[in-house]
Amino acid sequence: MNEEEIMLRVDCEEHRIIVDTRTTLLDALRERLGNTSPKKGCDHGQCGACTVLLDGRRANSCLALAVAHDGAEIVTAEALAENGDLHPMQRSFIEHDGYQCGYCTPGQIVSAVGMLDEVEAGWPSHVTGDVSAEKISLSDAEIRERMSGNLCRCGAYANIVPAIREVADERARR
Amino acid sequence: MKPYHYQRARDIPGAVAALAEQPNGKYLAGGTNLVDLMKLEIMTPDMLVDVRRLTSDRIEETEDGGVRIGAAVTNSDLAADRTIRSCYPVLSQALVSGASGQLRNLATTGGNLLQRTRCVYFYDTTTPCNKREPGSGCSAIDGHNKDHAILGASERCVATHPSDMAVAMTALEAFVNVHGPDGERRIPIEELHRPPGDEPERDTTLEHGELITAVDLPPLAFASNSKYRKVRERASYAFALVSVAAALDVEDGTVRDVRLALGGVAHKPWRATKAEEALRGEQANEANFRAAADIELEDAEPLRDNAFKVPLARNIITRALLELSEER
Ligand SMILES: Cc1cc2nc3c(=O)[nH]c(=O)nc-3n(C[C@H](O)[C@H](O)[C@H](O)COP(=O)(O)OP(=O)(O)OC[C@H]3O[C@@H](n4cnc5c(N)ncnc54)[C@H](O)[C@@H]3O)c2cc1C
Ligand code: SF4
Ligand code: FES
Ligand code: FES
Repeated sequence: MNEEEIMLRVDCEEHRIIVDTRTTLLDALRERLGNTSPKKGCDHGQCGACTVLLDGRRANSCLALAVAHDGAEIVTAEALAENGDLHPMQRSFIEHDGYQCGYCTPGQIVSAVGMLDEVEAGWPSHVTGDVSAEKISLSDAEIRERMSGNLCRCGAYANIVPAIREVADERARR
Repeated sequence: MKPYHYQRARDIPGAVAALAEQPNGKYLAGGTNLVDLMKLEIMTPDMLVDVRRLTSDRIEETEDGGVRIGAAVTNSDLAADRTIRSCYPVLSQALVSGASGQLRNLATTGGNLLQRTRCVYFYDTTTPCNKREPGSGCSAIDGHNKDHAILGASERCVATHPSDMAVAMTALEAFVNVHGPDGERRIPIEELHRPPGDEPERDTTLEHGELITAVDLPPLAFASNSKYRKVRERASYAFALVSVAAALDVEDGTVRDVRLALGGVAHKPWRATKAEEALRGEQANEANFRAAADIELEDAEPLRDNAFKVPLARNIITRALLELSEER
């Protein structure tokens, strides 16, 4: 049989499971570990609903094979809240009504959290005028470009951008 | 998805030996292209040799003043690298114009070079496609072909190569280091991808089992004055209709040297050598840029739906060169 035993640390909890080598990280999370926070939108890397933080970086869990990420540290939107307190990004999405059906929302929120770390690290984007610049100033255009890997079929973008904007501004003030 | 055996190797020779024994095996890196194609059963390897943690994930300066990029360096890390951003901005720009933030975190340098075409018929297993099923025919030649090639195609296949990164690397005359069953070799990137000819099922000149270990960028002083321009059907997260990677060296209004490569127009990243030759020693102005683009595009053979790519390519070549001559 083409099976392998792997270990995944998901939302701070260690799990040992035996998976078919074909299992994606997304299916391992949802079907094997019962964590339905990451969603299956397209299953082909085209929508971002399955976004998780994989070893600290945002990634599409639908194209990552579970066996290839043996030992990985995974954070899903579910674990962003601490001791019942919502993460600032979660709170901001609620305040700004950054969703309608909510299907893309866990992916949007994890992606936004990972994205702000990338900005802090000074990573350029497609709309960064001078890619050699030291610092990124996070305009709305920058937010839109950096979040383009997360589609929302309800079209809640008009509220998603301000939701992320507020958290980014708060972070900048700190 | 078809069942397959998954294997990790201890070292590079071990990985190469493991794959050499499996004619239907494949290397796995980030998986963002291979896993997608395996889900659709367009690719059906019976073994995967995982090389993501095997090849180097470092970006290092070389003795000659160039840069060596390990095959496992992610597209995000490469785009964010300080040296790349200041010395080879065209490469950083090409990378961030491709895919999405979360995909670039998984995608690797080696995998990006070897990603397969986005021809819609290649993806539709109910239609004939010589690349997917040799000898079955090409559905695109007389089908919907707005995305297809205008240069260097064949009667067997008119697909384009989808990588943005590879177009920038072509303009930079990169070398691809490979380790295969018969030892190591260093391939000029222009010789990595091949025209479709009679064998469109072969995207590259690599032999089975050859592993990409690193990409070398030679030093090129004027590459600091370079840029990538990409035109697509939406503002972000889409493949190129046409793209251009350009680097320009101008002195006293005269073109001393220039590098030009096009994406979205051929089965491989298209080095525009004719346009480059036409420009060296000429005045750096719009009329000359446009005329040089026209010389390159004289050979274009548009299909039913993609004649727009000819003026589009001409315009973005001209625009990119103009911007590079003005920004100095
Ligand atoms: C929705 C979507 C949008 C995208 N948009 C763009 C875009 O706009 N522009 C763009 O350029 N790309 C785009 N991509 C493609 C993306 O860049 C590639 O999927 C990615 O670069 C592949 O890298 P990987 O490491 O995941 O490769 P894998 O999927 O792991 O491998 C790809 C191929 O390379 C082979 N391989 C991998 N590493 C090696 C090695 N070291 N030696 C030999 N063979 C190797 C594998 O066997 C396989 O055949 C997009 C992808 C998706 C899913
Ligand atoms: S253009 Fe190439 S990839 Fe597309 S259908 Fe024709 S043979 Fe297949
Ligand atoms: S489900 Fe992974 S990107 Fe759509
Ligand atoms: S809220 Fe419905 S898909 Fe985004």
